[in-house]
Amino acid sequence: MSVLVNKDSKVIVQGFTGTEGTFHATQMIEYGTQVVGGVTPGKGGSSHLDRPVFNTVADAVKSTGANVSIIFVPPAFAADAIMEAAEAGIALVICITEGIPVQDMVKVKNYLVGTTTRLIGPNCPGVITADEAKVGIMPGFIFKKGRIGIVSKSGTLTYEAADQTVKAGMGISTAIGIGGDPIIGTPTVEAVKLLMDDPETDGIIMIGEIGGSMEADAARWIKDNKTKPVVGFIAGQTAPPGRRMGHAGAIIGGADDTAEAKMKIMAECGIDVVASPADIGKTMAAALARK
Amino acid sequence: MNLHEYQAKELLKKYNVPVQEGVAVETVEAAVEAYTKIAAETNNKFAVVKAQIHAGGRGKGKVNETGMNGVKVGKSADDIKSFAEGILGGTLVTIQTGPAGKKVNKILVAQDVYYDGPNKQKELYLSILLDRAKGQNVIMYSTEGGMDIEEVAHNTPEKIFKEWIHPSGGVQGFQARKIAFNLGLSGEAMKNCVKFVTNLYNAYVGLDCGMLEINPLFKTSDDKIIAVDCKMNIDDNALIRKPDVAALRDVTEEDPTEVEAGEFNLNFVKLDGNVGCMVNGAGLAMATMDMIKLAGGEPANFLDVGGSANAQTVEAGFRIIMKDPNVKAILINIFGGIVRCDRVAAGVIEAFNKLGNINIPIIVRLQGTNAVEAKKLIDESGLKVQSAILLSEAADLVKQAVA
Repeated sequence: MSVLVNKDSKVIVQGFTGTEGTFHATQMIEYGTQVVGGVTPGKGGSSHLDRPVFNTVADAVKSTGANVSIIFVPPAFAADAIMEAAEAGIALVICITEGIPVQDMVKVKNYLVGTTTRLIGPNCPGVITADEAKVGIMPGFIFKKGRIGIVSKSGTLTYEAADQTVKAGMGISTAIGIGGDPIIGTPTVEAVKLLMDDPETDGIIMIGEIGGSMEADAARWIKDNKTKPVVGFIAGQTAPPGRRMGHAGAIIGGADDTAEAKMKIMAECGIDVVASPADIGKTMAAALARK
Repeated sequence: MNLHEYQAKELLKKYNVPVQEGVAVETVEAAVEAYTKIAAETNNKFAVVKAQIHAGGRGKGKVNETGMNGVKVGKSADDIKSFAEGILGGTLVTIQTGPAGKKVNKILVAQDVYYDGPNKQKELYLSILLDRAKGQNVIMYSTEGGMDIEEVAHNTPEKIFKEWIHPSGGVQGFQARKIAFNLGLSGEAMKNCVKFVTNLYNAYVGLDCGMLEINPLFKTSDDKIIAVDCKMNIDDNALIRKPDVAALRDVTEEDPTEVEAGEFNLNFVKLDGNVGCMVNGAGLAMATMDMIKLAGGEPANFLDVGGSANAQTVEAGFRIIMKDPNVKAILINIFGGIVRCDRVAAGVIEAFNKLGNINIPIIVRLQGTNAVEAKKLIDESGLKVQSAILLSEAADLVKQAVA
C-alpha cells in the first residue's frame, strides 16, 4: 500500500525539457521513480533523458499509460498545465510551481470539480513514498523507510520533520507537501485522511502555518476520526499580522488564523502540539510509546 | 502590492466604476489650483483634502508636526491651502501606521459628494476578497459604512452580508440586485448599485486584486452610487502580467531594507527583535523565528534565502541583517537538500571574511546533505562562528547568546 504514489506510479513531467524539469526528473529517476516521459509543447517526438517527449498530456497518457504528472511549468502557464493534465485523465497532478496568480487558481479549483483528478500543490515540494517513488523536489535520502506519515505546507520544514523522525528511531511512510498558497488542490484534512486510512502509517505529523483555516478544519476531523497519534506544529507564532511571510498563503488575516489560535484548536482536538520545531521527532516517539 | 487611494480610483474609472473625483498633488500651489478647478466643475465650494499613505484611519490620524488630521473638509482656497501646508511633507500617525507614522508625499484634493439633494444620503460598505476555504471570491457588504468594518462584524455580525461568486460566471444580475436590496436601496439608486457592483467585480478580477474595499460606498442625495474611498491590493504573483499596474508601486511606502533585500531576490520582513536569522524555505524561516522566541530572544527579521543559498546570497543577507543596530546575534539555519551544506558553509566563511569585523555571535546550523563536512569546515575556519547540526543545539546556542 502507501498513499498517492508508489513503485507502480507512472509519472510524466510537464515542463520536462526546462532547467528545473530536467534537474528534478533526473533526481527522480535516480531515486527509482518510474518516469515514463514528459511534455513540452513543440518538442513532441523528440527524446529527453532517454524518455519520450510529447506535445500534449493526452498524447503522453495514450502512449505511456501515465497516471501521475508533476508540473515544473512557469507560473504564468501553470494553471493551464494543471487543467490540461486533468482533461487528459491524469489521476494525480502534483504542481511544484510557485507564484501562480490567485485568480488562476480560483479557475483551476473550479475546473477540477467533477473530475477524478486530485491536485497536490501548487507551491509544494511534492510527494514521496520512501523507497518507492519520489515525485517532487525533496532530497530523497532523508526519508528513510518507516511508518510515520507527514502532511506539510512547507518544504524545508518537511525535511526537518523527516530528519528528526529518522533520528528518533522511526522512519517515513509517505510525506505529502500540500503547498503554501492560499488555494491548493488538497487541503490538510484530505491529506490527513489519506494517511489515517493507510495501514502502513502508524503516526501522522501535521505541519501548518499562519493563514487560512485548513489546520483547524483538519483538527476537527481528527477529533472524531483519530485512530493513530497526530503531532502538530504551526509555524509563525512570532509573525506580525497582515504581513506575508514568504509563502503567498502565510498571512494573518484575523484572530482565527494566528498560530496561537490554530495550536489551541489542535490541542483541544487531541493533537500533540509542539511549540518548538525542534521537538517534532521526540514528541512523535513519545506519542507512539504511549499508544 | 498595495496602491494609494488615488491610484486605485484611476484604475476603477477604467472599469466604469464611479468614484469621488479628485486630483493628486505634491505641492501646496497645485492643491489650490486643483481646488479652484474642482469647485468650478462641481459648482460646490466644498472640497476635501486626503493624505495619500498606505494605511487606514487617516481621518482620525494626526500629522506629527502640525497636529492636523489626515482628511480635512474645506470650503475655500484658503482652507485648502492651509490643509495642504499642514499635511504635505508631514508624518501622519494613524491607528494603522504605528507610532513612527508615514510621511505624506501626496495629497488628493477631491470633490465634495455629501451635497444636499432630494433624497437621503447613505454610507455603505462593500469589499471583494478571496474566500480561501471555498476557493471562490466573495463580496462582503453592509449597511454600516464609513466605520471600522471589523468592529461592525464583531458587534453586529447580522449586519454583514456575503455573496459568493461562481468563478465560471462572474456576478449574476440576481446577485447584484440582492446586494442592492439588502443595502436598502431602491429606484435609481438600486439600478446604479447593480451597475456599480458588476463593474467593480470586473475590476477586481481584471486587475488581479487580492483585496478591494470600498468604504464608504456612498449613495448621494441624487441617488448616485460612488466609491468615496478605496483600498486596493494587487496579487503579487500577478504583477508579472500587469506591468502598468506594477509600475504604480510606491517604494517610499516600504521599509528600505526590505526593498534592498528584494533586489537580491531575498524574501525579507523587518521585525523589532534582537536575533537576526537567515533560513532556506519560508516555513522553516517562520519556525526558526518561533524557536528564537522560545529560546528567550526576539526575532529581528524573517529572511528566506530560497533554494540557492550561496556566498552571494549569504553575504547580502548578512549585510541586510546587520544594518539593524538592535541585532545582538545571528542564526543561520539551512536544511540542505538539493543545496549542499558544505557549499553553504564555504559561502558563510567567504562572506564572513569579506565583511570583516562582525562583533556579534554568529550561530550556524547546517543540516542535511554533507552536514558533517560543513560543520568541520566552520569549526576549522578559525572564525568566531558557532556551529550546530541539530535544531535543538542551535536553540541552546541562541539561548546562551541572548542570556
